Amino acid sequence: MLSVRGLCKAYGAKRVLDGVDLDLAEGESLVVIGGSGTGKSVLLRCILGLETPDAGAILWQGRPLAGQRGAFMEHFGMLFQNAALFDSLPVWRNVAFRLLRTMPRARARAIAVEKLARVGLGPEVADLYPAELSGGMRKRAGLARAIAADPKVIFFDEPTTGLDPIRAAAINALIRGIVDETGATAITITHDMSSVRSIADRVALLDRGRIRWQGGVAEMDAAGDDYLRDFVAGRARPMARGPGA
Amino acid sequence: MNPIRLTGRAAIGLARMTGRVAIFAARGLARAGQHPAELARQVMQIGWLSLPVVGLTALFTGAALALQIHSGGERFQAGDVVPAIVAIGMARELGPVLGGLMVAARVASAIAAELGTMRVTEQIDALVTLSTDPMGWLVSPRLWAALLCVPVLVGVGDVIGIMGGWLIGVNALGFNSALYLSNSWAYLESWDVVSGLLKGAVFGLIVALSGCWFGMTAAGGAAGVGRATTNAVVAASVGILAANFALTGLFF
Repeated sequence: MLSVRGLCKAYGAKRVLDGVDLDLAEGESLVVIGGSGTGKSVLLRCILGLETPDAGAILWQGRPLAGQRGAFMEHFGMLFQNAALFDSLPVWRNVAFRLLRTMPRARARAIAVEKLARVGLGPEVADLYPAELSGGMRKRAGLARAIAADPKVIFFDEPTTGLDPIRAAAINALIRGIVDETGATAITITHDMSSVRSIADRVALLDRGRIRWQGGVAEMDAAGDDYLRDFVAGRARPMARGPGA
Repeated sequence: MNPIRLTGRAAIGLARMTGRVAIFAARGLARAGQHPAELARQVMQIGWLSLPVVGLTALFTGAALALQIHSGGERFQAGDVVPAIVAIGMARELGPVLGGLMVAARVASAIAAELGTMRVTEQIDALVTLSTDPMGWLVSPRLWAALLCVPVLVGVGDVIGIMGGWLIGVNALGFNSALYLSNSWAYLESWDVVSGLLKGAVFGLIVALSGCWFGMTAAGGAAGVGRATTNAVVAASVGILAANFALTGLFF
């Protein structure tokens, strides 16, 4: 459904993405892991058109995404790292932002309240402003906005960053539940291994601009790649690793 | 480095930046009418809420102008020209320039801070993922609201400034009230007023454009938003003064 071919992106002399290849089947949940600064966010931003790649192609349903980005975005939802809710709008208008373009206000609000309930937020939250929410509530509201229009593709950018383990587990369970219910194709980027185990059908390890390893969650623990093993186990490594280390 | 090369590089950089800002402005203005509710909100923010500061500035400026002209005019027995000069001075120059500068201080900073914060907290990226063009949703309503509202603010400021001069003229300088007002209008030509309003439109565009440009291009967290806000106010203020010189030369 979504394919990335030879994606390259450099900032000055620093090559952040150096030939990334990925394939994502319809309804599959892929989790991209990797250390800080390995290009996970840049990969998502390139797919979304927020950054222009230097080389490579992104295909959606077999055709270049660049030529059908408008159609892609209509079927797309995203949960941002810090939720990225619009400060000037109440929560329900954040959630119903896309819906308000295509349906009456009352119906959009009803759907927004329904989606807020799906992520565990009561109707009393609908009229609050984002600044009045806790970090966990903001994530939930951001998740409700991401799923408001029943998207076919959802991206989750570091969904548990800044949350305590209990709230992080709740968000992971919500994401897995939503992906299963809707059949949406999902890409999650994270370095939280509990998220990986909860959300992923398949895992891809990004390292120095390339996919270093990919496979099922079950295969991850038995993989021979030493960097992946250290990453999964949370073992310290020398900060600067030589080529191929 | 070779000074000629440095000068050339600076000139190319300036030309490139001017081109980018011009394209940014054209893209923003071209998206007129996409979000009327946002335009109405910005008219409220930029126009209505700027009225007190512009009105007070005009009132004190008109009053001070009357005192200055009376004091200076008395040196050559021309103190009677106070009403006409206050009216012409407010309409042609001080109304638009001081009104524009006050709006720059209030509005350019607010726009840059709001859009800059949205930029660094990924809210603008979120707009894109919600199939909403940030230029149409954020930039266009602000540009049009300022373009339309600042001339109105200038017009109101002109009237209040003339009233400030009248207050001082009647209460401190011994002018007859009716005579002061009739002299104010007698020497005022329609072009004096229209040229001031045209200046206001240009200044409004400069103010909103500075705020939007520096806000939308902000980077680097809270410090970046702070820099964007400062740069927006400085650019808007200098831009207003430079445009005022150019427009005054063009109009008169």
